[in-house]
Amino acid sequence: MIGLLVATVSFGALLYLAALGELISEKAGVLNLGVEGMMAMGAVSAFMAAHQTGNPWIGLVVGILAGALTGLLHGWFTVVLGAEQVVSGLSLTILGLGFAAYMGKNVVGRPPGAVLAPVDWGPLTDIPWAGPVLFGQAPFVYLAVLVGIATWFVLSRTRAGLALRAAGESASTADAAGHSVVGLRLCAVGIGGGLAGASGAYLTLTLTPQWAEGITAGRGWIAVALVIFGAWRPGRAAVGALLFGGLLALKTRLQTFGVDFSPILLSMLPYVSTIAVLIAISVRARNRPSPAPAALGTAYRREER
Amino acid sequence: MSQAAAVELVDIWKRFPGVVANAGANLRVERGTVHAVLGENGAGKSTLMNVLSGVYRPDEGEVRLDGTPQRFHTPADALAAGIGMVHQEFRLVPSFTVAENVVLGSAERILRRQDVEARVDEVARRFGLATEPDRPVWQLSMGERQRVEILKSLWRDARILILDEPTAVLTPNEADELGEVLRHMADDGRSVIFISHKLHEVTGFCDVATVLRGGETVAASLPVAETDAATLANLMVGSTSLAGERPPYRTPGEVRLAVSGLCALDDRGLPALHDVDLEIRSGEIVGIAGVAGNGQRELAQVAAGLRGSTAGSVHLDGKDVTSAPPRRRFGLGLCYIPEDRIGVGLAPRLSVVENAVLRTYKGHRRGPFLVGSRLTAYCRDLVERFGVRTGALGDPIAGLSGGNLQRLLVGRELSGRPDVVVAAQPTRGLDVQGVKAIQDLLVAERDAGTAVLLISEDLDELLTLADRLLVMHEGRIVAAFDPMDSERSVIGEAMAGHLADEGAA
Repeated sequence: MIGLLVATVSFGALLYLAALGELISEKAGVLNLGVEGMMAMGAVSAFMAAHQTGNPWIGLVVGILAGALTGLLHGWFTVVLGAEQVVSGLSLTILGLGFAAYMGKNVVGRPPGAVLAPVDWGPLTDIPWAGPVLFGQAPFVYLAVLVGIATWFVLSRTRAGLALRAAGESASTADAAGHSVVGLRLCAVGIGGGLAGASGAYLTLTLTPQWAEGITAGRGWIAVALVIFGAWRPGRAAVGALLFGGLLALKTRLQTFGVDFSPILLSMLPYVSTIAVLIAISVRARNRPSPAPAALGTAYRREER
Repeated sequence: MSQAAAVELVDIWKRFPGVVANAGANLRVERGTVHAVLGENGAGKSTLMNVLSGVYRPDEGEVRLDGTPQRFHTPADALAAGIGMVHQEFRLVPSFTVAENVVLGSAERILRRQDVEARVDEVARRFGLATEPDRPVWQLSMGERQRVEILKSLWRDARILILDEPTAVLTPNEADELGEVLRHMADDGRSVIFISHKLHEVTGFCDVATVLRGGETVAASLPVAETDAATLANLMVGSTSLAGERPPYRTPGEVRLAVSGLCALDDRGLPALHDVDLEIRSGEIVGIAGVAGNGQRELAQVAAGLRGSTAGSVHLDGKDVTSAPPRRRFGLGLCYIPEDRIGVGLAPRLSVVENAVLRTYKGHRRGPFLVGSRLTAYCRDLVERFGVRTGALGDPIAGLSGGNLQRLLVGRELSGRPDVVVAAQPTRGLDVQGVKAIQDLLVAERDAGTAVLLISEDLDELLTLADRLLVMHEGRIVAAFDPMDSERSVIGEAMAGHLADEGAA
């Protein structure tokens, strides 16, 4: 049972990192459906870098950079060139998965050069229940918590966050107020990609410390759903991440519990619950604006009338 | 001209695909003045102001501030140079609070919500622009939103404030208050550029006027004190005769649209209509007067079927349509000219043809397919009949000016030969000719036996057109007047909620 909770938190953090990235990107008005691709790029790059150098932290940094660069590709197409965001994002998923498989051809099944092991909190780890669940985790879990708090703070309490949200709600307003919509959006997509990359690195540096094609296994899509589930709020997304993380953890443990429940049905649950949330939002919000950023998915060109 | 002017726009050219918006426009604005820029829709006023505020880059020409040539690449550059612009379409983020909208672009690195709200409130009070800084903007009326827009510029201490048709969304009283705010700013040494085509406002609170026509300056810096409304109007239109004559009154026929005991909620979920009773007969125009945000918008929407009612009924030609969808009401002969031309009325990215046939495409089909040539022919006919000036019919309508958009919209709606017309602010923001054209269309409809519900914030328009005039206040119809012999001041009292006994019906 403790194992289930530990796994819930670690899977939750995995999803949360990627979801925060997507949330930041969407708050700036850029829908990036390429999370899966960015995660794969982050995963393979982090693994290879750690394999080469033997230093997992270098692996993490490289993973983040790889995710960010992949994300910026999307940014270049959609923000700078004004391409359709859905199309570009979907292409990015396919491209990222394919390119990651190509890059990682030679390290498939290789032992990891280095792993990011759980942080040792000393005696805190020995607290029953809370110890292993809260203090027996890999650095990624604490990173996810920090990034979550930082995201909330920056978005709601700083000038940069205000400008970023304005770019996602009404780009022409942000522009007229003197903020660079292109700059803000590129920044958001880059950070979003970096966090997806970090999530990917978490996979190959800690959770299943090796590289195999398809290691991301659709978790990028759960992260996209999580943003909607969390109604574009970092706090609610955290709750959703634990919920969805719990489902992922449960899926791998069902058999050991001897429960006869199809794991395939279980893996549908995140999406089903996201649809339920979407329905709830639209039922509740007849006359109030949707929590989705108003300019989400639309390119901005200044002189367009 | 010993001293350099605060703003100089020299020989500005700006072309859009298919349209030359500015063809050598000039403007010179002195410090401490309220300067009117007049012109019809499509005369190039908005484009010229977008050039000055850095939204557009001119193809040719020069922008000078205090004699120094400027090169604005972005609105931010113009802002930094002290130019604040209040656009016709508000640049507000609906989901943000008033305070967030005001400080956007000039916020401190870390936002302390309460502190910011208190400071915004203070500036607002100083200029007499009452707002609630913590309210989200989507909850505000158009008039309130404009106050937020003006507040944004004042917050940034703009030396030059451009207002693009600011009074279009204001009530007469609010407009007067605005005039005082602007006068205040001019006395403070700032320059105000006031874009309008309401001549009495220009003569009322502007010092100098520049007139544009067809993208060119036809009269530069006329002192308003030495000119009169008729001269300005002639310059704008290029021809004479504006005085609206009251169309003759006819005896109305049977009841077409009947509303009784109607209650409805507004966007915030608060009661917007209380027990509204209303009957409109064939061959009459019933005008609804009132200060913005007193339920007129909701009344029009409920009548059109775009907003649900919580009590009461709506009958069209005697049939109960209280819960009927817009499509069925349309089938029963109701047409609706919405307040929001773009958005509700027209789809900006669709072409002229597509917009023209949005409402009804039944006559243009062969089997399940639309026939392109029939669509185009229909659209061309519509465009010609209603005098819409457009580029290619296949181009998106986003490039059309407000007046032409409205002609297209009204033309489309009226071409279905309706029995009942619900027109919400049909002439708002239009130029003199556009207003006249739309008003003539409404009168022609009335003469053809249509029942017209005309909601307007322009009392003169209502007094000219309406056969009966109702006043709404806080969601109720509080008074009824005969426009033929009613005092403006009495109607104004009723609009303000001070019931004058002799006027109340």
